[in-house]
Amino acid sequence: MIPLPSPSPSRRLASLAPRLLALGALALLGGCDTVVMNPAGDVAVQQSNLIIWSVVLMLLIIVPVMALTVLFAWRYRETNTEATYEPDWDHSTGLELVIWSAPLLIIIALGALTWVATHTLDPYRPLARTAPGKPVAATDRPLEVQVVSLDWKWLFIYPEQGIATVNELVVPVNRPVKFTMTSSSVMNALWVPAMAGMVYTMPGMETVLHGVLNRTGKFAGRSGNYSGAGFSHMTFWTHSVSPARFEQWAAGVKQNRWRLDTASYLKLEQPTEKVPPLGFGSVDPTLFRRVVAICVKPGTDCMQGMSHAGPAVNDRAPRAGEAEGALTRDPSEKGESPHLSAPHGQAPGQNDPGAGSNRNMTELHLPAPLRARASKEA
Amino acid sequence: MSDDLIKTIFGRLSLESFPIHEPILIGTFAMVALGGAALLGALTYFRLWGYLWKEWFTSVDHKKIGIMYIVLALVMFLRGFADALMMRAQQAIAFGGNEGFLPAHHYDQVFTAHGVIMIFFVAMPFVTGLMNYVVPLQIGARDVSFPFLNNFSFWMTVSGAVIVMMSLFVGEFARTGWLAMAPLSGIDYSPDVGVDYYVWALQIAGVGTLLSGVNLLATIIKMRAPGMTLMQMPIFTWSALVTNVLIVAAFPVLTAVLAMLSLDRYVGTNFFTNTGGGNPMMYTNMIWIWGHPEVYILILPAFGVFSEVVSTFSGKRLFGYTSMVYALIVICILSYLVWLHHFFTMGSGASVNSFFGITTMIISIPTGAKIFNWMFTMYRGRIRFELPMMWAVAFMLTFVIGGMTGVMLAVPPADFQFHNSLFLVAHFHNVIIGGVLFGMFAGVNYWWPKAFGFKLDKFWGTISFWCWVVGFWVAFTPLYVLGLMGVTRRLRAFDDPSLQIWFVIAAVGALIIAAGIGSMLIQFYVSIRDREKLRDFTGDPWNGRTLEWATSSPPPAYNFAFSPVIHDLDAWHDMKQRKAERPTEGFRAIHMPKNTGAGIILAGLSTVFGVAMIWYIWWLAALAFVALLAVAIGHTFNYDRDFHIPAEDVVKNEDARTRALQSAGI
Repeated sequence: MIPLPSPSPSRRLASLAPRLLALGALALLGGCDTVVMNPAGDVAVQQSNLIIWSVVLMLLIIVPVMALTVLFAWRYRETNTEATYEPDWDHSTGLELVIWSAPLLIIIALGALTWVATHTLDPYRPLARTAPGKPVAATDRPLEVQVVSLDWKWLFIYPEQGIATVNELVVPVNRPVKFTMTSSSVMNALWVPAMAGMVYTMPGMETVLHGVLNRTGKFAGRSGNYSGAGFSHMTFWTHSVSPARFEQWAAGVKQNRWRLDTASYLKLEQPTEKVPPLGFGSVDPTLFRRVVAICVKPGTDCMQGMSHAGPAVNDRAPRAGEAEGALTRDPSEKGESPHLSAPHGQAPGQNDPGAGSNRNMTELHLPAPLRARASKEA
Repeated sequence: MSDDLIKTIFGRLSLESFPIHEPILIGTFAMVALGGAALLGALTYFRLWGYLWKEWFTSVDHKKIGIMYIVLALVMFLRGFADALMMRAQQAIAFGGNEGFLPAHHYDQVFTAHGVIMIFFVAMPFVTGLMNYVVPLQIGARDVSFPFLNNFSFWMTVSGAVIVMMSLFVGEFARTGWLAMAPLSGIDYSPDVGVDYYVWALQIAGVGTLLSGVNLLATIIKMRAPGMTLMQMPIFTWSALVTNVLIVAAFPVLTAVLAMLSLDRYVGTNFFTNTGGGNPMMYTNMIWIWGHPEVYILILPAFGVFSEVVSTFSGKRLFGYTSMVYALIVICILSYLVWLHHFFTMGSGASVNSFFGITTMIISIPTGAKIFNWMFTMYRGRIRFELPMMWAVAFMLTFVIGGMTGVMLAVPPADFQFHNSLFLVAHFHNVIIGGVLFGMFAGVNYWWPKAFGFKLDKFWGTISFWCWVVGFWVAFTPLYVLGLMGVTRRLRAFDDPSLQIWFVIAAVGALIIAAGIGSMLIQFYVSIRDREKLRDFTGDPWNGRTLEWATSSPPPAYNFAFSPVIHDLDAWHDMKQRKAERPTEGFRAIHMPKNTGAGIILAGLSTVFGVAMIWYIWWLAALAFVALLAVAIGHTFNYDRDFHIPAEDVVKNEDARTRALQSAGI
């Protein structure tokens, strides 16, 4: 969780050139340290195979087109007077047939592949296998994780274990995981590229994503949809561990005396950045449903769920504290534009990495008890 | 004065709204102020105000309006590119605890402004300007159908650009990304002026875009020279026709979406809010119904340019004209059936996703057919590698890669991994730079001699060409790789040091592109300096095939003294083959539309209205709106709208052209 000390800028620059060459060569060789093409989970592996197949299918036509373009451009250059010149030749039914049907055939093949793959890899569809040749038995239940994207951190609730974490996802290796997701304010997208592609988290709505990790290890996760000032650091680590280790970890978190209930959720919901991982030993079991229905705050009416299953009804009267339209405000309520002319300390930048003034336009502080907790853990 | 009174007068504008502690902005402002003062001083010193006002600002001549559109596009391009350089620099250094030189508050405005400016105030004016200039000439018309409307449309676009630029120095721009997705753009999460700047700039410019679409559509349908059937129209005009159909059908959707967003923000409705019955997904849905046709609005005119260029410089008829036309029409229809591919990741069912994925792939069939057609136009040709043709070949090689990555993104399960990643960013720059921008550069090099009577310098043009092509690949190949490494767009700082090298390479690419832009500016300068050496007296420097090359360069205000009669697809080529005689007598007075200042005044009032709405200065907004209506109604009582160019002037003009042609030996 603690970032490794990074080399100084000058040293980094000095080591640039050889690394540039090495990585360039690596890319040329098709050697990918690219997580999307070399993932750790079965779903993402199938997605990468699909990418490879679509490229191969298209190269069937792209390579000849590029080669012929270069060939024609060279062969029929003005100075080459030996080449045939037919200024009025402008039609050939045979060629027209070829140039329309060749791409058509490729798209038919790719379209069929797409239809099948889109259905088998539908993020809402429970996994049928955890790896090639390893089907999921009907009795095996996936690990349920409820995900809430907050400004600007991730909340993971494990309803079976009755625990919750912030900015840290731990899953048992080779066990399907079902994410049920929503958002507290604006849209984000849960993306652990090593496990599976992303699906949006949206306020007042519930989305689903299934995935599995087939290797143990630590994998990067982040938000895939811009959500405001703290978006860049809306990252978390996904730890894939053995089932025994998972139980051990869950039990450890369970020991934690912090409880995720209405009060602590409302504190947690406040915008914060770069939040270190937190653990909650117990969770209000109704919390997630109330987040989806936008009624965590005491005294607010719950909306009917806007999930794909339920009717899309979220009508209710405006609440106190919600912004009203500008035209209906009194002059005193017009507000100011942000105080753009206030000095905000020294010029932010590389001179002083990590200094608070670099971020003083976006940094918002953790609520006091959580902050204390975080510093203790760090 | 009481606080309420001040608020009533100035809305939320106060001295604090000026970012006087942002060194970057102050530097920019100083440069803009100095440059602006120098420009204004020069204009006054050389007594150019009257000339500009009479000959350009109030002009209803489609050629001058077209040139002004392109000047606007080039100026805004420099701004948009400056934003791009700042992003590249930020991302190249912001690693491992280093937050770079842009705080989130600033960086988020930069990437929003970059997208908004490049699409709405660079690419759109560029294609509109080119269509404005070329289409009436290609169809043998004297102007567009509604010349005043044309002038008004242009100034409304300028008004939008002015509002965007103003946000740099007064207040701030949106921090939402270029499409201002809800609910982030709603008043709950973006209470400040940024999104209001965004909404009003686009609404006002959108009026211009829509009206110019109506105008060009009517022009192409109604004003073709006698004998020119639809299937004898030059292919660029065809692409303009299809483009304007798309504009007329798509832009009202954008207007409606932004109107609903502004209702949410101004009167407290709940179209796109989280609560109160709103549905933020609907914003995404509706804005992409406009947004996807929009990308074809940009690329189709570029396809038209390439068709003209490849045919002219190969010295051949365009291969498969009919199939090119049908490809355009198919693309036009399909472009309305694919918008959902922008949000596969929002949880639609598998059947819906596959449908939209497959329709997206189907678009690659007519597009592929067009590439083949250009290829077979080159086949058995005599290719002259002038600058426009160089851009065309670079386009063909670059664009197929962009097309391929586009189809990769169209496979929904693959898109779950690509969505919002830098792979996507690389893809759309691949098609917009490699397609639209290369097309516009080809068009500028191709039609410049028509517009100004002299060719562009080839030496600097070649340098610019290579810098652009090489710079493009150096800048965007790393983004493809980074996308595969799981990096998303709009990030400001990074933890993983292994990514840095790719961002550094991309920054180097951006610098190479900067050199390309510099060379292009030098190319313009050198060409204007050496214009006598580069002069073309014939009006047909490239041995062209379509009607615009039949008239002088630059064309007279009336374009053609007599309406040409069309017998063949390549009308001018056909005339040359049949050795048609240019008429030298029998000229008559020509009926022309008269210049008017109403367009610029209306656009000026719209700017005031927009700014007043942005800052909640209601009295000023009401005043500006009433004035807007008054001027618009007043203008309808202006009956002094046309005049005749006397026959003597036409004779004088045409005799001069006869002498010029004789001296050129034709």
